[in-house]
Formats: sequence, C-alpha cells, structure tokens
Amino acid sequence: MSILVDKNTRVICQGITGKAGLFHSQQCRAYGTPMVGGVTPGKGGTEVDGFPVFDTVEQAVAKTGANCSLIFVPPPFCADAILEAADAGIGLIVAITEGVPVLDMVRAKRGLMGKKCRLVGPNCPGVITPGVAKIGIMPGYIHKVGSVGLISRSGTLTYEAAWQLGNVGLGLSTSVGIGGDPIVGTSFIDLLDLFQKDPATEAILMIGEIGGNAEEQAAAFIKEHVTKPVAGFIAGRTAPPGKRMGHAGAIISGGSGTATEKIAALKSARVEVAESPADMGTAVKRAMSRK
Amino acid sequence: MKIHEYQGKQLLAAAKIAVPRGFVVESAEGAAQAFRDLGGQIAVVKSQIHAGGRGKGRFKEHPDQGGVVLVKSAEEAAQNASRMLGKTLVTKQTGPAGKTVNVLLVEEGLKIARELYLGVVVDRGAGGPVLIMSSEGGTEIEEVAAHSPEKILREPIDAGYGLFAYQVTKLAYKLGLPPNAIKSAHKFLPQVARFFIDNDCSLTEINPLVITEAGDLMALDAKMTFDDNAMFRHKPFEALRDLSEEDDSEIRAASAGLSYVKLDGNIGCLVNGAGLAMSTMDLIKLHGGEPANFLDVGGGANVDQVTEAFRIILSDKHVRAVLVNIFGGIMKCDTIVTALLGAYEKVGFNVPLVVRLEGTNVEVARKMLAESGRPIIAATDLTDAAKKVVATLSA
Repeated sequence: MSILVDKNTRVICQGITGKAGLFHSQQCRAYGTPMVGGVTPGKGGTEVDGFPVFDTVEQAVAKTGANCSLIFVPPPFCADAILEAADAGIGLIVAITEGVPVLDMVRAKRGLMGKKCRLVGPNCPGVITPGVAKIGIMPGYIHKVGSVGLISRSGTLTYEAAWQLGNVGLGLSTSVGIGGDPIVGTSFIDLLDLFQKDPATEAILMIGEIGGNAEEQAAAFIKEHVTKPVAGFIAGRTAPPGKRMGHAGAIISGGSGTATEKIAALKSARVEVAESPADMGTAVKRAMSRK
Repeated sequence: MKIHEYQGKQLLAAAKIAVPRGFVVESAEGAAQAFRDLGGQIAVVKSQIHAGGRGKGRFKEHPDQGGVVLVKSAEEAAQNASRMLGKTLVTKQTGPAGKTVNVLLVEEGLKIARELYLGVVVDRGAGGPVLIMSSEGGTEIEEVAAHSPEKILREPIDAGYGLFAYQVTKLAYKLGLPPNAIKSAHKFLPQVARFFIDNDCSLTEINPLVITEAGDLMALDAKMTFDDNAMFRHKPFEALRDLSEEDDSEIRAASAGLSYVKLDGNIGCLVNGAGLAMSTMDLIKLHGGEPANFLDVGGGANVDQVTEAFRIILSDKHVRAVLVNIFGGIMKCDTIVTALLGAYEKVGFNVPLVVRLEGTNVEVARKMLAESGRPIIAATDLTDAAKKVVATLSA
C-alpha cells in the first residue's frame, strides 16, 4: 500500500482553467490519477478538455464525490482556496502554489484545526504513489514502484532522489514534497509517523534544507518512534547566513538553521546521512543493510 | 524587503506607536538645522543603512567616527554629519566592504529610565508570529539567547486578533515594569503586534525599546522586513525600497523572474529548483571548488530567462567556469538545451561550460548538445559534473 493516496482517491483541481492547473490536471490524468473535475469561480457548468468545471468546491464534491484537491490558484487566493476545500469536506489538500504570504498560511493553518483533513504544501511538488496516483507536478516516469518512503522540502532535488533510487534498484511507496515555505501543512514528523505505520514502506529517505528547525524535530521523533531504516540529506551546507536561497524557508538566521546542526541531529538519531547530493540513493541502501 | 530605520519609524508613528521626534537629513547644514529645530540640549545623529551594529561601526574614511553619535550643539551635529554622509560605514553586519551612508536621522535625546528588547518574528515551530522581549535592551538578541536564555520572554501572537491583554500583563510583571510603564505597555505592545500583522512583516525589531523617565514606552530603534510574497497588498511600500542597498545582479535577476544570490567563488551555477541549486553549490565545494552564485531558473524557464541567467552569471568577473545542472521534470531537457544553445550564441562564452542533464527527453537533449559543435563539456551525473567543472580551473 502507500500513504495519503489509494485507489479510492478522487481528485479535483482548484484553478483548473489556468494554464498550469489545466496542464498538470491533464498530466495527472494521463498518469492514471482519477481526476474528476475542477473548480474556477465564474466558470461553473463549463468543461475544459473533458473536465467538468464547478463554481465552488462544495458543488464539485456533491457532483463528483471528490475527496482530494490539487490547488493551483494564484498566491493571493491560495489560503482561501485551502480553507474552501477543507470546508467542503476534502480529506487531502495538495497546494502547489508558490509565493503564498506567510501570515495567510498561519491563519489558514489555524482554520484547518479540528477539521478532518490534511494539507500538503504550499510551494511543493505534490504527492505520488507510483503506479497508483500522481497528485502534483513531478514527472511520473522517474518514480519506480517500491518500498521507500520519500519526504522532501524541495522539488527537483526530490526528482533527483527518486531517480537515484531507481538507479540503485529501489522504488517508492509514496513520495511527498512538503514544501519550501516557513509554514506548511504537513511536517516531516507527520509523514515519518505515517511511513512508520505503513506496511508497504520498508525504509525512509528525508531530504531537508537549511532554515528553521523541522529537521531537528524530525530527528528527535525518529529517535523515539521510528524503527525503520532512515536515510537523510540536508541541502545548503555552503549557503551563507542571512541570504534566502530561493525558498522562503531556506535561510540561516541568527546562527540557527545551519546544515551542520541538522546533520548532527540526524546522525544522533542514527539516520544514514548522505554527505553528497549524489549519494542519496546509496545512502538508503546503506541504511537498509545496516540493521 | 528591508527598509531603513527612519522609514520604519515613520510607519510606526503613522500607526500611533511612540517614536522619538526626529528629522531626516542629507546634508551637514540639514543636520545643524535639525538640532536647532529639536530645541534640546542633546541630539543623536544616526546613519541610515540596512545593517545593524551601527553604533559600534566605524567609517573607512574616518576610523574614529562612529555610525551613531550623541551631539550637544548644532555645530557638532554638522561636523559629524559631514564625516558620515557619502562615507562608508563598516559594521559587524555589513562585511568588510561596508555600506555608503546617504541619509541621516537626527533625533531628540531622551531621558531614559530603562532599555528593553522587543522583537516580533514568525516562529515556524509555533506556527505563527511570536513576540519576544528581554530585559537586555540594546544587546543583540542572539547574544542574550546564547548567554542568558532565561532572560528571553516569548508570547505567541494570534494572527487574527493580535496580542491579548493578559499576555501584556504577564510580560510586564516578568520584566518588572513600574506601574506607569505597565499602563503604557498595554497600549504599546498590542499596537506593535497589530502593526506586524497588518503590514505583513517578517520581522519587526525595536531594540532598544526604552522606558522614559515619565514611564512611556518608546521605539528608540526600528528594524523591519516585509514578506515579499505579500507586497501585492502593500503597494505603497514599493516606494520605500532602497535599490542602492541591494546587489545589482540580484535586482536584475529578480526582474527576470530568477532567484539569484551572489557568492564569493569562481564557478557559476545555473540550476532548476532551489533545493537542487543549493545541493549543486554544496557538491562543488565538496570537490574542492567555490560556487560563484546560487541561481534557480525555476520550473518553467524560457529562452529569454536562461539567456538572462547566463548574462548575469558571466557579468561576475570572478567566474572562471560555469556548471549547468538541470533535472528536467515538466520542463523538458531539450527545451533547456535549445535555450542554452541560443544563449551561448547571444551571450558569447569565454569560460568552460559543463552541462549535466537528466530527466524528461534527456536523450534528444544530449544529442543536440553533442551535435551543436560547441565546446561544451557533458557530464553524466552530479559527481561527474562537479569533478569536471573543478578540473577546468586547473587546466
């Protein structure tokens, strides 16, 4: 099996009439994901490339039975789109949008409290369970079916990792990009917990980067609760303090959030840390053969 | 986006948050006039640059001149101003190059009873803004955190409501404020919390926050940074941007939709994706090289963007080799190669170029590169790419 998605997942796309929303909805459908429609206020009742379009998520859920939403709406409206999806009873919300104001996410996350839903992202590549469903913007073909659970704050670095795993004969149970923003819906810890409990996952690869202390918290959680082999990589060893490295969340500030601290924390939790980004696939192999 | 102290104080004042009286000047005569207009016995002349540590900072041209000085006459104000304006201030935070001072803030001297620290930031762990206070005003909060963490007080701020009255009471008693100052804190602290929320700040730091002898809280300094992603709803802030404080190449890159950070090395990097770009820098370093920059062309870069990216990289005269690392996902490798070859023609390369491609349509793309007739060094994977680009430097 896998985490987050399964064969009962039915996906709508919020922002489906936009260029990115439509393109990726088509790509996901081509991969085999059950894409059942989309939402764009004002365009309800129309159809784009075979996808029925609704004015609200509530209508889309009522008509299609959707339980998952893929969000591409522009940054100023993204937090509201997330709350609308949660209000309509969507169980898994995957927000791809990059550039959402931080305080919007703070308020949206609070709005999700007590609701039965999980938010992944924003500013992330999405979720893929190879061979079952792709809910995101990642290239499907590099992800082989297998038993490694992948969690990452980055996009293309996740693809690099998936590709390296394929090269060493490993595949993925599920790969989740949690996003590069300071405030995201799902943390490393949430997913470590899910992967630990998932019978189809034998090992976990977590890819972190400089900024914040999510990796340190993850390391503490691994020590206490994770018995499966874990490998890790931290991007940004050579990044100078005070400079934001692309992602809003990737910044070393006030001497904290450095790669050195994160690597030390992971090693102390017996995580097999890849010293080089070229070494992520083999690090998972090493972790699995360690026992 | 960062702004200057004087701009921050103007925003605070507009939000009815107490700041000292002051004048913004750009000449020695202006500084003298400001002293006379303030009408006091003393005034403070403060350099306006986007960096902290100004008080202890010194000018390159006048090694005994501080960046923030207390003056007792109009003549003294003018004299100091003339030694500061147009000169280069070097502080702990500017790096050895320093920053040119173009504007001064001349403020009234105050009768200060106590100095405190006040800062508001978004705390990822807490999932929202947090108000931080300390009895150690004037000191950098990192130092306080390192030496006496028990002196740092934190209260989470509700991003909808702001700071609650009970939170102010808690802070005030922990800080041991006198009764009249507690009253002032009940007005001042919630206003600062509200200011942070209403303006989409990512940092609002008032250090020191002073308590005057009359018991009033007042912002003696103001350091603020805004969330770039929220600037669409704060259009007037655009006018507060001081481009002279920013790196020219970084401004150019931002206007082309590229994410670029200049570094000190000599190997230029062009990568898609922030995480992969950071990892590429790390890998270069791991193999004995020094990256000249961080550059993320993003997920959907076109020929114009890639061309501009090469121009920016090559405009750095320290660059002696360039490494391109692309993992084609939705962006196909052949699209990148088309852009790359087009850029090669337009920009004109005079340094070695190593290219590593992987992902969608990689076979077609590799063939295009091989048949282009350009002296481009192809790499098979990350390690190979880093080794090859570092090797070109010693060739």
